[in-house]
Amino acid sequence: MILSQDLRGTAILCGLAALFTLIAPGFLALFTIITLTQVIGLAILALSLALIWGYGGILCFGQTAFFGLGAYAYAVAATNFGDASVSILIAMAVAAAFAAALGYFAFFGRVSDVYFAVITLTVSLIFWALIRRTSGPEYRIGDALLGGFNGTGAPPLNLPWNPSGFLFPEQTFYVAMGALILAYLFCGWLVRTRFGRVCVTIRENETRAELLAYDTRLYKLGLFSIGAAIAALGGVFFSVGISRVTPDVFSLQQAALTIIWVIVGGRGTLIGPILATFALYFLTSSLGGQVLLNTNLVLGVLLMAFVLGVPRGVLPSVMDLGARRRPTGRRGRRRPRRAAPAEPAE
Amino acid sequence: MTRPGKRAEIVVETRGLSMHFGGVRAVDQVDFALRRNELRCLIGPNGAGKSTFFKCLTGQLTPTAGEVTIRDHPVAGAEPHAIAGLGVGIKTQVPNLFDDLDVHEHLWIAARRWHPEARTRQLVSQTLERLRLGDIRREIVGRLAHGQRQWVELGMVVAAEPWLVLLDEPAAGMTHEETARTAELIREINKDATLVVVEHDMQFIRMISETVTLFHEGRILMEDTMEAISADPRAREVYLGHRA
Repeated sequence: MILSQDLRGTAILCGLAALFTLIAPGFLALFTIITLTQVIGLAILALSLALIWGYGGILCFGQTAFFGLGAYAYAVAATNFGDASVSILIAMAVAAAFAAALGYFAFFGRVSDVYFAVITLTVSLIFWALIRRTSGPEYRIGDALLGGFNGTGAPPLNLPWNPSGFLFPEQTFYVAMGALILAYLFCGWLVRTRFGRVCVTIRENETRAELLAYDTRLYKLGLFSIGAAIAALGGVFFSVGISRVTPDVFSLQQAALTIIWVIVGGRGTLIGPILATFALYFLTSSLGGQVLLNTNLVLGVLLMAFVLGVPRGVLPSVMDLGARRRPTGRRGRRRPRRAAPAEPAE
Repeated sequence: MTRPGKRAEIVVETRGLSMHFGGVRAVDQVDFALRRNELRCLIGPNGAGKSTFFKCLTGQLTPTAGEVTIRDHPVAGAEPHAIAGLGVGIKTQVPNLFDDLDVHEHLWIAARRWHPEARTRQLVSQTLERLRLGDIRREIVGRLAHGQRQWVELGMVVAAEPWLVLLDEPAAGMTHEETARTAELIREINKDATLVVVEHDMQFIRMISETVTLFHEGRILMEDTMEAISADPRAREVYLGHRA
């Protein structure tokens, strides 16, 4: 019963997203569609952090390292090979492989949570500093110039196995939303598998999970790499949206914003951070249109308000409220009557 | 069912096991042997080294010196998951649970490590019934009372069907009734499994004990039945004098 409720909610959500996607180009300006494509990329980034932090307890402050790595890997691969679909897979593989290497040292070296957060942020900032220095014709990978501060061109998506069949911005928007929905469904599935459930126990109490004979290092490494691949996918759409990738994908600002989206949306949910990304992105850009308040100031106040007032984020708090209002709601019904015989729940 | 006899195989053994913290010899040159299907209690006053010894067995501490073998596997300094992976069920001193998850999930995760989906489901419902956790199976563990939390931990041990069970203070903080039920459960587990139980509740030990190992200042002072230990003047002096 719980599962079917879950499924119904997910289906409605995905249906609404698909419907919006189909009708959006009809009433939104092209500029907005392109911006939306970028925000979808950011939402996929937030989703990846929601997965590894919210479910695996891995606080990666530099999830942008994989986001940016994916964006650059895509740009380089697509410039060289021409085919976007293969390049997207390459981007995800590069990010996952890098995460596996980084995670190997961190998890098997038993680096503690706080240090891990700092290390990942540092990695992202190192990428940022390095890639900014790559201006000049000598910094090239195949045909792709890295372009330093100005960044490099991200070739548009194309039809699979047809490098000349470029997609228009509206079509890219469809593909991006499709990718977001698929990534969301994948994460939702993943956290319900045995692997995902073990990851949740690691978030709750790593020692206990180890004492139950789970090699927590391997699980964390696996989840971290999967998260990196998803972040890379986000990086791809973020950059194809404007056909360009700049070092700012690795920036401190971007790294911090990603954390804020997850905190505001709610850790322990997948949809919360996605919605928070859209909401806060458009809040930020509308604030950018006025001069009365500084955007960063507002974001800072918002973050503090959330950490102090709604530490669990919007979505979990709203869901809790809903459950408390309706005594016959999900939670009430899930509790078996007294002296109910033990029965399998699945 | 073979009861522990002199001829049953040794399944847990330590030789010269030492754990030093700076100048403190919490465990000092301990030789210990446990035979299959034994139910062994480790007792001793606070600071006697029994919990440290326990943590060396479970891999939570890496001993300073000495050997630990579990069924012929050298495990001194091995990772806890590797030791647990030999089929060892462990309950730590402080209830060590997944506070945001419900009771059912705890048992499921414990059993699923060893069994396929269908068998896991069976084991979980058996365990819920056996430990009378059925009523609270959808409760979030963080909100349960202390005694219930201890039972969830025991449930996790039982659900995994280990052949060797290591329990650190399973009855700590329980009411009389709960303690009695725990003793009963431990005897039941002992039908299929070998047990090591660290305790300092004497009543509880009398309920379950066969052989008792008495720790004192990091060493094993004596190893005998509870009656013999209670009667021994040395034991009374270090421990029982002010309690029994």
